[in-house]
Amino acid sequence: MPRPRKRTEIFALGNEAVVEGALLAGCSFFGGYPITPSSEIMEIMAARLPRLEGGVFMQMEDEIASMGAVIGASLSGRKAMTATSGPGFSLMQENLGYAVMAETPMVLVNVMRGGPSTGLPTSPAQGDVQQARWGTHGDHPIIVLSASNVQECLDMTITAFNMAEKYRTPVILLLDEVTSHTREKIEIPNEGEYEVFSRTVPSMPPEWYKPYEETVRGVPPMPPLGSGYRFHVTGLTHDRNGFPTQRPEEVVELMERIHRKIDQFFYDIQIVEEIMTEDCDVCVIAYGSVARSAELAVQQARSHGVKAGLLKLMTLFPYPRRQTEKILAHAKTLVVPEMNMGQMSREVKRVNMGHAAVRTINRVDGQIVTPSEIFKVIMQG
Amino acid sequence: MSNITGNEIIHQYLRHNKKFPHVLCAGCGHGIVLGTLIRSIHSLGIPKDDVVVVAGIGCSGRLAVYVDFNTVHTTHGRALSFATGIKMSNSHLHVIALMGDGDALSIGGNHLIHAARRNIGVTAMILNNSIYGMTGGQSSPATPEGSTTMTNPYGQLDHSFDIVELARGAGANYVARGTVFHVNQLEKIMVEALERPGFSLVEAVTPCHTQFGRKNKYKTPVDMYKWLKSTAIPLERYNELPEDKRAGRMPIGVFVDRGRPGYEERYYAMQENFLKQAAKGAGR
Ligand SMILES: Cc1ncc(C[n+]2csc(CCOP(=O)(O)OP(=O)(O)O)c2C)c(N)n1
Ligand code: SF4
Repeated sequence: MPRPRKRTEIFALGNEAVVEGALLAGCSFFGGYPITPSSEIMEIMAARLPRLEGGVFMQMEDEIASMGAVIGASLSGRKAMTATSGPGFSLMQENLGYAVMAETPMVLVNVMRGGPSTGLPTSPAQGDVQQARWGTHGDHPIIVLSASNVQECLDMTITAFNMAEKYRTPVILLLDEVTSHTREKIEIPNEGEYEVFSRTVPSMPPEWYKPYEETVRGVPPMPPLGSGYRFHVTGLTHDRNGFPTQRPEEVVELMERIHRKIDQFFYDIQIVEEIMTEDCDVCVIAYGSVARSAELAVQQARSHGVKAGLLKLMTLFPYPRRQTEKILAHAKTLVVPEMNMGQMSREVKRVNMGHAAVRTINRVDGQIVTPSEIFKVIMQG
Repeated sequence: MSNITGNEIIHQYLRHNKKFPHVLCAGCGHGIVLGTLIRSIHSLGIPKDDVVVVAGIGCSGRLAVYVDFNTVHTTHGRALSFATGIKMSNSHLHVIALMGDGDALSIGGNHLIHAARRNIGVTAMILNNSIYGMTGGQSSPATPEGSTTMTNPYGQLDHSFDIVELARGAGANYVARGTVFHVNQLEKIMVEALERPGFSLVEAVTPCHTQFGRKNKYKTPVDMYKWLKSTAIPLERYNELPEDKRAGRMPIGVFVDRGRPGYEERYYAMQENFLKQAAKGAGR
């Protein structure tokens, strides 16, 4: 038996780990526009991609163009991504909706900074949580992932690409400045140690192909532009052939399918880490760098004899309802610390429906949420 | 040019499975532009699979849905950014961006100047009807000064953009202007634009009697075509006119033809170098 190869260890910035993850996942196109605190992702891509066969890096004129170029690249068969922060994320919203509607896989990394507007450029915040969920107009499903340490930045970027390809949808990776700018030792997995999923391409002859046809998974196969399958892509509501339609039954069919293709795979999409949650009386629900503070607080509480636990959200949307409900069977208190005015606690309250007391910890001053702050609230019970 | 008849070409290039009729008004110039585009692609013998038509939003944007190429109907003003991603991902494709004047110059103005500056290998067509057609006749950056629109009931105060000068200044490789009245010339220009490396821009002046003409003394499509006939003048003749005779005339023809390589060519040459170096390093 071949001995397992030792993994390469590197000392990396969160943003650097995102690039490593993207390249491992097969990303070959990056289009972006610089903005703090996400710029390193773009800068490292600028150095790496041109040296890889077929790799394309483009600095576009703005975030709107970045999204356009990324969608164009994805339609041409590439695994493509962009990275930005608050104000840039706002500019990306219109084309994000296009990617949802035209079912275009892509990864959008948003390293959150304080807002609204140009806000606090170099300070950590988690203020774009609901914008990630509802930012683009219209009813739409969306997958939003997060990471709380540098290793997870790498892992979750791979996951983001896999989900984008699997479900033909844009995936948002929401990071905060603390995670992006932390430097830690991480392991680069060897090939074969992680899943790489690529979109299904049609196997039928081009004349039979219907670009938006129903399938078992709800995800139609997707050929690259120029490969012999000529079809129409549009942001307008379209029928199975991809042509614009306003016929109610066709509109409903499309809307239901794009929701269903995500809804039916919650078990695959909703990723959490459960730390001492089996018997907890008090459960902290946190994500991003705040989850690290929370983990420490939970450990401290346990050493003081309080049964505390942590539900770390790695998928923010669709909100991991199942995993939360399990905890509600025994937890009396839920603590939701976050660097915003309460964007995720809304989701928690929605799922909680009065079962437990929900305590929130909110910081919007550009400062991190500390373990002791969370500890204090846990100890209040 | 081929001797195939118009009808046969139509059958070859229109989508048989698309529900017609189309959305354009009778007499609209946009259909003529689409016709020249199809004939020029046909005469160059470019396979349908190698063509990607990327369109913006507006009456002009709707053209993409009818033709049997790879077609992408994007967001308003953003056609060139999508086209850039497509061209860079697969540089052997002929990527054609169809845009309205509002689409290309107003909301998409930034993308237009940067696509030209980069000299990305895309053939851009601006269907200039000097109005926002689809949204009901509001003024566009190409609306002539003094004319009346839904949002300029007292006459347009802004100067109108000179698309040719804009594209030239921004660095486009090939810039030409034609009109739907001068169809043969427009087709010739289109053929050249498709053949040129780098960013080619064709301004196709096309009348919108419904939204522009009605309010500006060109009641019928015929009035509009007569207006095109009397205003347009070949560039060479225009250049010979004394300054005072130039007012109100619109030169048509080829304005810029620089032969510079496209962005994708320069990018992939750089990449080729890296890969060669790496291979050499590995061989040592
Ligand atoms: C972001 C955005 N803003 C506004 C619109 C509304 N809109 C649709 S078409 C159009 C203008 C079209 O005019 P033009 O580009 O000149 O094309 P034409 O219809 O005249 O061919 C506008 C403003 C839109 N679809 N998207
Ligand atoms: S509104 Fe104007 S541009 Fe639009 S289809 Fe009618 S004539 Fe053509």
